[in-house]
Amino acid sequence: MNLSLEWLLLIDKTVIAFVAFAITLLIATYSTYAERKIAAFLQDRVGPDRAGPFGILQPLADAGKFFFKEEIIPNTSDKFLFIIGPGIAMLTALMTSAVIPWGGSLEIGGRQIPLQVTDLNIGVLYVFAVVSLGVYGIMIGGWASNNKFSLLGAIRASSQMISYELSMGLALIALIMMTGTLSLGEIVEQQRGGNWNIFYQPLGFLLFLVCAFAECNRTPFDLPECETELVGGYHTEYSSMKLGFFMFAEYINMFISSAFMATLYFGGYNFPFMDSLGLSQNWITIIGVLVFFLKIFAFIFFFMWIRWTLPRFRYDQLMRLGWQYMIPLALLNIFITGTIILVTK
Amino acid sequence: MKSLSNRSKVVSDKNMTLLEGAYLPAVVKGLGITLKHFFRRPATLKYPEEQREFTEVYRGKHVLKRDENGAERCTACGLCAVSCPAEAITMVAAERKNGEEHLYREEKYAAIYEINMLRCIFCGLCEEACPKEAIFLTKEIAPADYEREEFIYGKDKLVEGVEPAKRIDVSKRQDR
Repeated sequence: MNLSLEWLLLIDKTVIAFVAFAITLLIATYSTYAERKIAAFLQDRVGPDRAGPFGILQPLADAGKFFFKEEIIPNTSDKFLFIIGPGIAMLTALMTSAVIPWGGSLEIGGRQIPLQVTDLNIGVLYVFAVVSLGVYGIMIGGWASNNKFSLLGAIRASSQMISYELSMGLALIALIMMTGTLSLGEIVEQQRGGNWNIFYQPLGFLLFLVCAFAECNRTPFDLPECETELVGGYHTEYSSMKLGFFMFAEYINMFISSAFMATLYFGGYNFPFMDSLGLSQNWITIIGVLVFFLKIFAFIFFFMWIRWTLPRFRYDQLMRLGWQYMIPLALLNIFITGTIILVTK
Repeated sequence: MKSLSNRSKVVSDKNMTLLEGAYLPAVVKGLGITLKHFFRRPATLKYPEEQREFTEVYRGKHVLKRDENGAERCTACGLCAVSCPAEAITMVAAERKNGEEHLYREEKYAAIYEINMLRCIFCGLCEEACPKEAIFLTKEIAPADYEREEFIYGKDKLVEGVEPAKRIDVSKRQDR
């Protein structure tokens, strides 16, 4: 075995990409289980407990059911777009995991292997670009259904996402002014130890968090699929695994935005006192990965906790919050950050 | 007017203060409430494995009693059917023949006695109407089934067994 370095690099990256892909899918699958369990606990219930011990096989049963359900494609729909809609939603949801730094670097056979598929120097921009593509899946799916409820849901989704992407971007600009880089790998390295960005950007984080809820279409911003008004919103006409894809994409988005928030504001795989423990680099990396996933799970729990606490906004309230409060606050945050940078430099 | 529960609040449409309008303190408060419920014991009863405890005088599935010699007490007088507000009970009376004294206590008995469990509202008026202390409601539940016909319970399901072990104790409902 005498492989050149390029081949080794390719193998590393392929393995990391596949593992990241598998973990994303696994976590999205079990998020559905976690959602039901957490909902149950918050409402003094037990939740699914029949499939396997503690209902642990419930996601598999759900998936099996999705596959066996009758597949209905409405006669009046645009069939090609109707089928491709959930595919786009799923694809864009999965693409973002490429730039997230899952851990530090492992040392195997004298080589440093960073646990990140690719450290783009515009990582933040890449995530933004792909996330904004996500609305196309919903938009196309909703429009192709040829149903007024679906169309209304899709319109709501797109206008909501565009409104909140603005303040999300503005909240991030303050962070990027502070860190001076768009590469996620570098942003995490700057937060080494307990030096997390949340302590410097509390307002920015709060704005980003609210926008992340809006971007993921989670309660209290789940107007695109608001069942009291729109039957099922953009996925009214969907059935079988295509509906499953839409729901799955939502959970993947939730996972990715949790990872993104943990990376940007909570130090990613960094944990306090990591340099004073005296452990070898590989151990630090492994613990770092676990800590990172712990942070992600905490965020996912928070997403679900909010969902089962708050009611949905009215649409005018949503727009007023987005344009009249979030954007001015984000601009104020940029101003404050800029002033502090100017004064301290 | 004084409120009965002491929990009523006066509602007004005053403008919100800045703190209330900021929404976030209210969100945090709400999160606190749901988190409190997260650690509370679930109210669920895992039904087939666990069953809720019934009171001693629960009004469940009916039983047609036998007397101490094992003869059916029912004389098919029809008072239960008349008293039944849901009209769930029907019966066909027959005359006791010689040699059937150990089966039926009186000279007349119910050849067919049917209760439609889908109509029954378990009010217990049949039990109150019965002059012979023949019908009682028990702690047992009429189980679920797949067909409507299965819910019309005949004498095979209603009459208690002859053996002492199969007798159903209804003393709690008698003592009431």
